[in-house]
Amino acid sequence: MAKVAAPNPPPRTRVAALAGRATAAMSRALGKGEGSVIGGRVTLVLDPHGLENLARSRTVAVVSGTNGKTTTTSMLSAALQTIEPVATNLAGANMYGGMVSAMSSSRARLVVLEADEGHLPKTIESTKPRIVVLLNLSRDQLDRVGEVRMQAEKWRNSLDKFPNIVVANADDPMVVWAGQIARSVVWVAAGSSWRLDASSCPSCGSQIDWNGGEWRCTSCELRRPEPHAFVTSSTVAARRVGGEVRVPIDLRLPGDVNRRNAAVALTAATLLGADPLAAAQAVAKLEGAGGRFASVKISGCKARLILAKNPAGWTEALRIAQSDVPAAVIGINARVQDGRDPSWLWDVPFEQLAGRFIVATGDRGRDLAVRLRYAGVDHVFISDPVNAVQTAAQRAGSKDIEIDVMGNYSAFQEFRKVAQ
Amino acid sequence: MSDPSVKSTTRLSICLLFPDLLGTYGDGGNAVVLAKRAEWRGINAEILPVNMGEAVPERCDMYLLGGGEDQPQSEVTSILEQSRALHKAVDRGAVVLAVCAGMQILGQSFSIAGSKTRAGLGLLDLTTRRGEGTRAVGEISVRPDGEFGYPPLTGYENHGGVTTLGKTARPLGKVISGRGNDDGSKTEGVIQGKIAGTYLHGPVLARNAQFADRLLEWATGDHLAPIDDSDVEALRDERLAATSTAKRRRFRRASSGA
Repeated sequence: MAKVAAPNPPPRTRVAALAGRATAAMSRALGKGEGSVIGGRVTLVLDPHGLENLARSRTVAVVSGTNGKTTTTSMLSAALQTIEPVATNLAGANMYGGMVSAMSSSRARLVVLEADEGHLPKTIESTKPRIVVLLNLSRDQLDRVGEVRMQAEKWRNSLDKFPNIVVANADDPMVVWAGQIARSVVWVAAGSSWRLDASSCPSCGSQIDWNGGEWRCTSCELRRPEPHAFVTSSTVAARRVGGEVRVPIDLRLPGDVNRRNAAVALTAATLLGADPLAAAQAVAKLEGAGGRFASVKISGCKARLILAKNPAGWTEALRIAQSDVPAAVIGINARVQDGRDPSWLWDVPFEQLAGRFIVATGDRGRDLAVRLRYAGVDHVFISDPVNAVQTAAQRAGSKDIEIDVMGNYSAFQEFRKVAQ
Repeated sequence: MSDPSVKSTTRLSICLLFPDLLGTYGDGGNAVVLAKRAEWRGINAEILPVNMGEAVPERCDMYLLGGGEDQPQSEVTSILEQSRALHKAVDRGAVVLAVCAGMQILGQSFSIAGSKTRAGLGLLDLTTRRGEGTRAVGEISVRPDGEFGYPPLTGYENHGGVTTLGKTARPLGKVISGRGNDDGSKTEGVIQGKIAGTYLHGPVLARNAQFADRLLEWATGDHLAPIDDSDVEALRDERLAATSTAKRRRFRRASSGA
């Protein structure tokens, strides 16, 4: 990869970035959190082209998808840091404010940006990324983001004539349809355990035929592309001219879903010049970003925090949850950032929890309680999160048995606040 | 599947139509609610999901349709037009609950992408056109028609349709808070024969146990004994309080802004 000069944005952008950093520092001093989003917003008010100007003459990779984008972004950053310093957004700050802040607080030439699904088209247009990573698309926050196929179409339109590389999930028909319009696509078998949003073809509306991991439209040309990279039980494998390269992968992060995220991150990092082995070692050491999968104590009770935001994410989370611990906590909110309508609870196979005792909590814990009743899962509703954890620990038998404490976005943040 | 010649109250078949196409808003939960509430009364219920490419059965006791996107909505309409199985079931007296896009499908016509109008199945006397303003998105509460004798319905709406009822259809109820059919009539949903239509998600039957029981009574012909629904009641109280607070807030904003 050719070296380029350190980024040097125009004067207006530099002043705006300075004002943004000052705001962020003030916000931190006032105890209002990290301040990165508000700082980035200030920068954007002073320089509406801030995103574009800050990205100029840098090498940008953008990661988007419904699930796994924060984790994959942190993996890709860690992998690229084996080459040189990387600027990246703070966990989950994936709208323009967070992206601007990532670039204005660092002079790193390499940039990895996590982009909210709805923000991806403008992010591509503004930052002209070298690589766009597309993970998956499934139902999430239908009141805000809109329906899945509409979202796929917006992605597709923004990738039409995209001159650089797209790294995309071959297992998700929505992603394949959106990504294949780009000139150069590297396909990764990144999995899809959630198929309800991809039973009809996004291109022609006909039925999609699933056969194991393979899929194809029954009437048009859309089908699973042959993946260039995939995971085996202990490696990430990539096909290349003259054979296959295999990189051992042994993650601290739990679950198949994270091994597949790692495959995507390593593929993108390698395309940007990282050594696959060094990158894999860096990724293996990662802890969860933004408190994901963190082992904590809540009021003295051992707990493992798990974030899941939508049916696809919950389907994975229930797989990761330990079935040998007899109690767990699930918190559900429906604030703006969660989506206002928790009807999706009925898409989640909570029936799998039968036999365990679940403490339902959160603003919409009562919706969950009704769902659990119909799923035949023994449960209780307790509105206070600390109380909820204590009750579950009691049922588990001891404060020293690590219980799973799962929440959707803002409920998860509430758990983090009360965690020690 | 039950045989109509030996219709018995101990067996109830619930056909969930195209959860793969009309499952966007969690409405498949309505089938779970009906089946469980039947089972809790000793009625042996089974859910038969019918996915794209599978034949639609004609002899189920209940049929459910949910909300979905434009393209799948059109697809389902074509399939049901060709199969006629749902028409035959309705003629036979089967109970239907159709939510959102599902309700639009059963009407005379509806608008799809690019404001083209498409013929519906004609099972409900209503037409739907695409609204010109913003989508109706948010909590909704509805006062049901008095003769149904159940308390306000609570749900969540998320649609861009404007639905107008014809002479032979009655509304499910009057909108207390929210938009509903959104054609200026302040009505929500539809009742025609044993077909109920609504814009309410939640799913609607999870939040409104008595509505679920009424549909079960239509299907079984039995009077169902009440059961302990304290968790549903707690949820309903919370949701109905939330909509009335939101309404007061809007009213206050409107009057202070005037």
